[in-house]
Amino acid sequence: MPFQILLNIIIAVMWMFLSETYNFTSFLVGYIIGILMLFVLQRFIPDTFYIKRVFSVIKLIMLFVRELLLSNIDIVKLAYKPKLDIQPGIFALPIDLKSNWEITLLANLISLTPGTLSLEVSEDYSKIYIHAMDIPDVEQSIKDIKETFEKAIMEVTR
Amino acid sequence: MNGTWISIIFDLLICISLLLGTFFLISGSLGVLRFPDVYTRLHAATKSATLGVAGILIGAFLFMYVEHDVVSGKLLLGIFFILLTAPVSGHMIGRAAYRSGVQLWDKSIHNEFKDVYQQSKDTSK
Repeated sequence: MPFQILLNIIIAVMWMFLSETYNFTSFLVGYIIGILMLFVLQRFIPDTFYIKRVFSVIKLIMLFVRELLLSNIDIVKLAYKPKLDIQPGIFALPIDLKSNWEITLLANLISLTPGTLSLEVSEDYSKIYIHAMDIPDVEQSIKDIKETFEKAIMEVTR
Repeated sequence: MNGTWISIIFDLLICISLLLGTFFLISGSLGVLRFPDVYTRLHAATKSATLGVAGILIGAFLFMYVEHDVVSGKLLLGIFFILLTAPVSGHMIGRAAYRSGVQLWDKSIHNEFKDVYQQSKDTSK
């Protein structure tokens, strides 16, 4: 992936020299041309095309914004509810992610999503303990988090 | 004619984002006051504060752009850092609260962490 980005920047700089305009706009045009060239030639370049990864990052951000909005609506609903009939509790979420920053990202995402707050990461990094606002069904919440966030993070990192 | 429509739409967008931001902040503070224990209060504090401050900053960003033609990078960076730091502080406060022995609310139904924490405490003694 770093090789592809480097190649892309070189193409952009070459485009600047060829068109003899040295500003940001021509760099951007060259960069887009570079992306198109890499897209056409992706069979001959090692590794998968890096724009795919950029798209999965964008997808992760969209998911994150959506969940943030939903969680705020949840909190607002609870805050104005006359009677608090919630069942909070702590549950353990087994995680498959390995590296430090993946786990950090997952913990942060969990903290900002509906009804969950990451409380502690176990010492061998195999579990995150999560405090949930309302968990009648632990299995279901574990499955939700695993299927949305962990999958999205994995698409970005590997 | 075209320009005025666009400016009206932008004004509306600014109003909406500022109002939503303040609304979320107020509801968050109300939640902090109403919820029963530290952990549920942290929920209210981290989530609504993030979106509330982000909404106000987005409103300010749009205002600067429309009225003064300034693309304010500081406001965007502010949103970014709020998103980055709020969950971390929530996590740390929750962790510290648990470690200093704050009890969960009586009506809590699960506590899978209790035994694990007790074990690690016993072994470290």
